[in-house]
Amino acid sequence: MPNATFFLISLVKCGVVLFVLLTLVAYIQLAERKIVGRMQSRVGPTRVGPFGLLQPAADAIKFILKEDITPDSAHKFLYLLSPALSATLSMLAITVIPIGGGTVRLFGQNTPMQITDINVGLLFILGVTSLGVYGIVLAGWSSNSKYSLLGSLRGASQMVSYELALGLALIGPIILAGSLSLRHIVEAQQHYWFIVPQFLAFLIYLTAAFAETNRIPFDLPEAEGELGAGYHTEYSAMKFALFFLAEYINMITVSCVATLVFLGGWHGPVFGPALLRAILPLVWFVLKVCFFLFLYIWVRGTLPRFRYDQLMAFGWKVLVPLALGNILVTSLIVGLLA
Amino acid sequence: MQVALFFIFATLAVAGAVNLLVQRAPINAALSLVAVMGALAVLYLLLGAEFIAFVQILVYAGAIMVLFVFVIMLLNAQPDEASHRSRVARIIGVPALVALLVEFAGFLATQFSDSPVRMGEYISSTEDLGMALFHQYLLPFEVTSVLFLVGLIGAVLLAARREDPPAAMPTAVSSSSAKTTPAELVIR
Amino acid sequence: MADVSSIPVAVSGVHVETKGKHLLLNMGPQHPSTHGVLRLVLEIDGEVVVNATPDIGYLHTGIEKSCESKYYQQVVTLTDRIDYLCPLTNNLCYVLAVEKLIGMEVPRRAQWIRVLLNELSRISSHLVWLGTHALDIGAMSVFLYCFREREEILKIYEYVSGQRMMTSYFRIGGVALEPPLGMLDRVRAFLKTFPDKIAEYETLLTHNPIWLGRTQNVGYLSAADCLAWGVTGPCLRAVGIPLDLRKTNPYSAYNEFDFDVPVRTEGDVYARYMVRIDEMKQSVRIVQQAVDGMPEGPFKASAEGIVLPDRDKMKSEMEALIYHFKIVTEGFKIPAGEAYQAIESPRGQMGYYIVSDGTSKPYRVHVRSASFGNLQALPRMVEGRLLADVVAIIGSIDIVLGEVDR
Repeated sequence: MPNATFFLISLVKCGVVLFVLLTLVAYIQLAERKIVGRMQSRVGPTRVGPFGLLQPAADAIKFILKEDITPDSAHKFLYLLSPALSATLSMLAITVIPIGGGTVRLFGQNTPMQITDINVGLLFILGVTSLGVYGIVLAGWSSNSKYSLLGSLRGASQMVSYELALGLALIGPIILAGSLSLRHIVEAQQHYWFIVPQFLAFLIYLTAAFAETNRIPFDLPEAEGELGAGYHTEYSAMKFALFFLAEYINMITVSCVATLVFLGGWHGPVFGPALLRAILPLVWFVLKVCFFLFLYIWVRGTLPRFRYDQLMAFGWKVLVPLALGNILVTSLIVGLLA
Repeated sequence: MQVALFFIFATLAVAGAVNLLVQRAPINAALSLVAVMGALAVLYLLLGAEFIAFVQILVYAGAIMVLFVFVIMLLNAQPDEASHRSRVARIIGVPALVALLVEFAGFLATQFSDSPVRMGEYISSTEDLGMALFHQYLLPFEVTSVLFLVGLIGAVLLAARREDPPAAMPTAVSSSSAKTTPAELVIR
Repeated sequence: MADVSSIPVAVSGVHVETKGKHLLLNMGPQHPSTHGVLRLVLEIDGEVVVNATPDIGYLHTGIEKSCESKYYQQVVTLTDRIDYLCPLTNNLCYVLAVEKLIGMEVPRRAQWIRVLLNELSRISSHLVWLGTHALDIGAMSVFLYCFREREEILKIYEYVSGQRMMTSYFRIGGVALEPPLGMLDRVRAFLKTFPDKIAEYETLLTHNPIWLGRTQNVGYLSAADCLAWGVTGPCLRAVGIPLDLRKTNPYSAYNEFDFDVPVRTEGDVYARYMVRIDEMKQSVRIVQQAVDGMPEGPFKASAEGIVLPDRDKMKSEMEALIYHFKIVTEGFKIPAGEAYQAIESPRGQMGYYIVSDGTSKPYRVHVRSASFGNLQALPRMVEGRLLADVVAIIGSIDIVLGEVDR
């Protein structure tokens, strides 16, 4: 494939993914406000556009126009770097997510439905999300505020701990699929989804994913009840918006990974005329991802927040041993059957 | 293209390493090290070692360096003071460094002179790596893990909080008051 | 205050203030979880609180002093503003104290109306407590559910007194007006749905493992500490001391009602939570009895010169018109003396101490507020606990800063 075409194709795919991603983030946020509103016998935003559908646009304009404040005593460079780091890294993880099994024709080339297909896709996602901690740590430290510092300390230790459980939970399905490539993992689930043999791993993954994305009941780094807003207390305007963006993109990423690894990705009943056959896998994929995103919102409307020591104890004393046990059992069974 | 990428990231790695040495503030030095590790990961990737590349990011940049930064933040470490430029370091250190570099260059020249690495030609699969680790190098691998375990236990032992002697204060007060008997007070 | 030393980091400009190896953290007065303008200076070691120093006075309004320049009847409007979560309870305590000073008998119907509204106040106050307490611990939905039900009670207030919050409905000698027609039906409608709503909150919290983890064995206070610090109300009943002034020193018509005093023995945040939840259920019982057995009769005492005469009389009798004019413009004189009346407010023992010098304005009004006593025990409860527990504990003692500072 000539270099120029390769660049062009990649550029187009990046553009499409970025557009879809940002729109999705905007509307998940609206959906969250609407759904949580319904759960709490409110209506949520209704004023901007029909049914409040233009609310995300209004929010975006607000974020752009707000005064951008940098505390005097902040470490200027790191203060600027950390939101950018958070947002960039969260977007980077999306690049290896395949959204369909087939290929699309672009500029005379067949290209897979993901930005890039690498052999160790899952590892790539884990690596990139593990770097996301820097955004939080540096934000808290560079703001030079005690509440921010406490928030970032909590955030860093929480993410480092739960990353372990997250990674270990994914090893079970990896053993079953025999590959680290997301595409291969999905293809290995042609007959049954990995949630069936790996239900425990699924639960561990789900719990760790909530912690990894700092959502209730694990939203300690930004616990507004105790720490104001935690590591981004001092941030305003677009810098704050970037943290916000990163959090929601991370939610989408872990939902996508859960769909791909445990719920069979784009597999699902396919029927009807050719056009429908082409579209249905995509629909299944999107529906599954949406299910996870709904779960996030649902939990937020239901549960209180953990305490810091309980969270760490839960991660290290419950999730990690369970995940290790799961790996042991899985590999034993796979080894014996082979 | 790969050559261009190599030079970009090699420069980045070297620049990061130099910055690491030059910087006085610990936090900047630590972040430079993160940059070096990121650049190294890209170099691994160019060599086709995908697994190594991402494990490098996941473990070194994502976990170990986070702990470094964490500790620096917690201790609120001060920038280093420049030490007295030791004459011994200059007299012995500089020639030693030159000797090391010469030796290193000579080693590289004799061992790999005829076969420069051709980038993008090796595709190492994770499976091959696993096979090598768990068959060919099983003993070293296990020994290394035991070594880690020992280190871990040692760290826990050193860091474990010692229990304070329970409620020493009241007893101390009562014993001291017991010393001054009424008789003594009368004498005074 | 404690010596604050700060260690600046020259290169980055970042510095952390320390006292020894501890961090001094200023919590409030602007903080989402200090329930108003409470300020706490926390000395923390990591996330563990070593020492907590409450700093009050940010909501000082001088109400006690203001009372001295008002006629006895006018003071009622000030008492609303002391504990703004249960204005009627303040009204009641004040008018009871004045009635005690005068030695006035209040008609039974007025007493029953007072009890009914007071128990509704208790429910609405506990709803605000539960909502904010749960919100502090992260359960956002409970907050909105509680305010949904509180809204119904505020509507009843408005229907009865014309005001949602600053009701000022009670008068010396009775209540301001005959309650409007259909008021009891509204209360009945509320009573019909409310027990299910309590069950709804309990579904979300009472057996929730996260909630249990956050509240059990947190903020323990012993019975001895409670007595030493003057802790009263649900916090006291959560350590196993069944002191409830409605039972022990009945006022108004509480001795005519049948209800239990919920008591727990654990003395932690969870025990306080359970006591208040059970109290809401008991309040429902009392209100139900009040609605079912509401006696007929006058809604205010007939005491010439103190209680405003009826409208009808004013239109036909010259004397009534004169009394009305005099009470409104000059107030009424009360024989010199002093009286203290304590009642069981949602937060504990609320007392009004009134000294009269024989004029138409009180010489001194002092309020014994439950929040102040309860807040004193806060440092004892938070020491050695985690930062997150501080928030749970502040929520569990249910302070109203208006009542602390007065």
